[in-house]
Amino acid sequence: MSEQKIKTKPTKYQRKEETMAWLFSAPALILLIVFLVVPFVMAIGLSFTDQRLIPNPNLPTKIVGLRNYIRLLDNEAFLRGLLNNFYFVAVVVPIQTSMALGLAILINQEIRGMNFFRTVYFAPVVTAMTVVAIVWTFLYNPGEGLINAFLQAITFGKIGPYDWLLNTKLVFPAIMLLSIWQGVGFQMVIYLAGLQEIPLPLYEAAQIDGANKWQQFLNVTLPQLRNTTVFVVLSTTILAFKLFDQVQVMTSGGPQNASMTTMVHVVQTGWSELKVGSASAMSIVFFLIVLGVSLIQRKIMNNR
Amino acid sequence: MTVKQSPYSAAYRFRKQGRVVLKYLLMLLLAVFFMFPIVFMLISSFKTNELQVVSDMSSLRAFLPVGELGLDNYRSVFKLEFGRLMFNSVFVMLLTVILGLFINSLIAYALARLKFRGKEILLGVIVALIIIPFEAVAIPLLVLVNKLPWFGGATSWLDSYHVQIIPFIADAFSIFLFYQFFLNIPRELEEAALVDGASLFQIFRNIVLPISRPIFATVAILQALACWNRFMWPLMVTRGVDVRPLTVGIQTFFGQDPRLWGDLMAFASMITVPVLIVFLLFQKWFVQSVASTGIKG
Repeated sequence: MSEQKIKTKPTKYQRKEETMAWLFSAPALILLIVFLVVPFVMAIGLSFTDQRLIPNPNLPTKIVGLRNYIRLLDNEAFLRGLLNNFYFVAVVVPIQTSMALGLAILINQEIRGMNFFRTVYFAPVVTAMTVVAIVWTFLYNPGEGLINAFLQAITFGKIGPYDWLLNTKLVFPAIMLLSIWQGVGFQMVIYLAGLQEIPLPLYEAAQIDGANKWQQFLNVTLPQLRNTTVFVVLSTTILAFKLFDQVQVMTSGGPQNASMTTMVHVVQTGWSELKVGSASAMSIVFFLIVLGVSLIQRKIMNNR
Repeated sequence: MTVKQSPYSAAYRFRKQGRVVLKYLLMLLLAVFFMFPIVFMLISSFKTNELQVVSDMSSLRAFLPVGELGLDNYRSVFKLEFGRLMFNSVFVMLLTVILGLFINSLIAYALARLKFRGKEILLGVIVALIIIPFEAVAIPLLVLVNKLPWFGGATSWLDSYHVQIIPFIADAFSIFLFYQFFLNIPRELEEAALVDGASLFQIFRNIVLPISRPIFATVAILQALACWNRFMWPLMVTRGVDVRPLTVGIQTFFGQDPRLWGDLMAFASMITVPVLIVFLLFQKWFVQSVASTGIKG
C-alpha cells in the first residue's frame, strides 16, 4: 500500500506541473502565434494573390500563382532596393565591424578618463534613428551645410559643396555614414564583452614567446574573437537588410530610387499603394535572405 | 624596433609618454566624431533666429551658443502637441515592457524548469521564431489588425494604443535570454521551497524573481529602447496625433514645408535628452544589456 502511495504521488504532481507549465507558456505562446506565426503564414498565402489592403468590392481577390514573384524580376525599384541592401552590406559591414573592434580595444584599456570615452562612443546608440536622420539631413544641408563647410575647410575649397541627398551617387553613401555613426557603438560593446572573456594567460604566453603587440593581436585576439566576429558580421548583415527608418525619413528611397531599400519599397507597395499581395511576395524574398544569413551564422557558430 | 630598451632610460619613457598622448588624441578625435551631431542639435535648438541657425552652419559658430538665444523653439514644439506625443510614447513603452517582462519570463521559466510533454518542441519553435524578423510580417500583420475586433464594437485595431502594444509583448529573443538565465540558477532554493509546500507560481514570484533582477533589467532595457525607437509600424497604423508616438510625430513635422530647423532641433533634443539622461544613470545596465545580445547561438 505505502509503496503504491509513493508511486502515485509523483504522477499527481507531474500532472499538476504539466498543467502549470502550459498555463505559464500560454500567454506568450498565443501572442507569438497570433502576431508572428499567423502573419507569416498569411505572407506566404497573400503572396500568391492580388489582395489589396482595402478590397475593392468590384474586383474580388484572385489567386494569381507566381505572378507577384515573376513581376519582381522586372520591378526596377525592388531590384534597386535589393541591390542597395547588398551594397550597404559590402561597404558598411567591413567598416563598421573593424571600427567596432578598434573602438573596443581602445576602451578596453585601463587609463584615466576611459569611462567618459566609453559613454561618448555609445551615446549615438540610444539616440532614435528618426532623430539621427533629421539631424544629419540638416548636417548634409546643400550649400552652407556643416558637412560641406567641413569638407571645404580641410581641402581648401577644392571639394564640394555637394547636394548630398539629391545626388544619386552620394545619397546612399551619405546614409551609410550616419548609419555607421549610430550603430557602431552597439557592436563595440559586443566586442568589448568578447575581449574581456579572453584569458589573460594567453597573452602572457605570447609575450614569453616574444610576440609583439601586433602579433598578439593577430594570433591571440582575433582567433579568440572568432565567434564574436561571426555574430557581429552576420547580425550587422541582417540589420542592413532591414534598413528602413533613416531612408524613409531622409529620402523615401529617392532621388530616382538611388537610396531605395527592400523594406522601403515593401512599405511603399503594401501600405502606400495598398498592394498587399505584391508586398507579401517581397516580404517572403526578404525573409529568405535573412533566413539564409541566420542559417549560415548558426552553422558557423555550431561548427566550433 | 625589437631591441629592448631599459624601462628607466629617458628615451623609453619619452616614447611611452608620446604613445599615451597619441592615444588620447585619437580617442578625443573619435569623441568629437561621435558627439558633434548631438552637440550641434542641442546648441541649434536654443537659437531662435531661423536664418542664424542656418548661416551658423558654415563655421564653428554651429557649436557655440552665440547670437539670439532663447526657448522659443521649445515653445513652438509644445504647440505641436509635443506633450501628447511624449505621453503616447511613454505609455506604449511602459505597457509593452511591463507586460512583456511578465509573460516572456513565465514561459521561459516553464521551459527551463518544469517537466511537461512537448517541451523540446516548444523550445525549438521559440528558437526558430527568433529568425523571423518583424519586417517580414509587417504587411500581412497590417492586413490582420485592420480587421481585428476590439472591445466596444470596434472592427479594426488601426489608430489605437493596443495595436502598438499587443503585437510586441511576446518576444522570442527575450524568452531565449530569460531561458538561458534561468537554466543557470541553482535548483536547490526552489526545491527547498517545494518541500515547504509552496506553489509553482509562489516559487517563481518569491524565489526566482528576486535573484533574476539582472536579466529582467537587461530585457527591459532592450525592449524599452526598441519600443522608444520604433518607427515603421506606428507610421503604418496611426493617423492622427492622438495615439502617435514621438518618432512618427517628428517625421510628420519634418515633412512639412517650410522646414523650421530651429524647431526641429528643439523637437529632436526633447526626444533625445530624456533617453540620454536615463542612459547616463544606468549606463552599466545598458552596456550589459547590449553585451548580452551577443552571447546567443
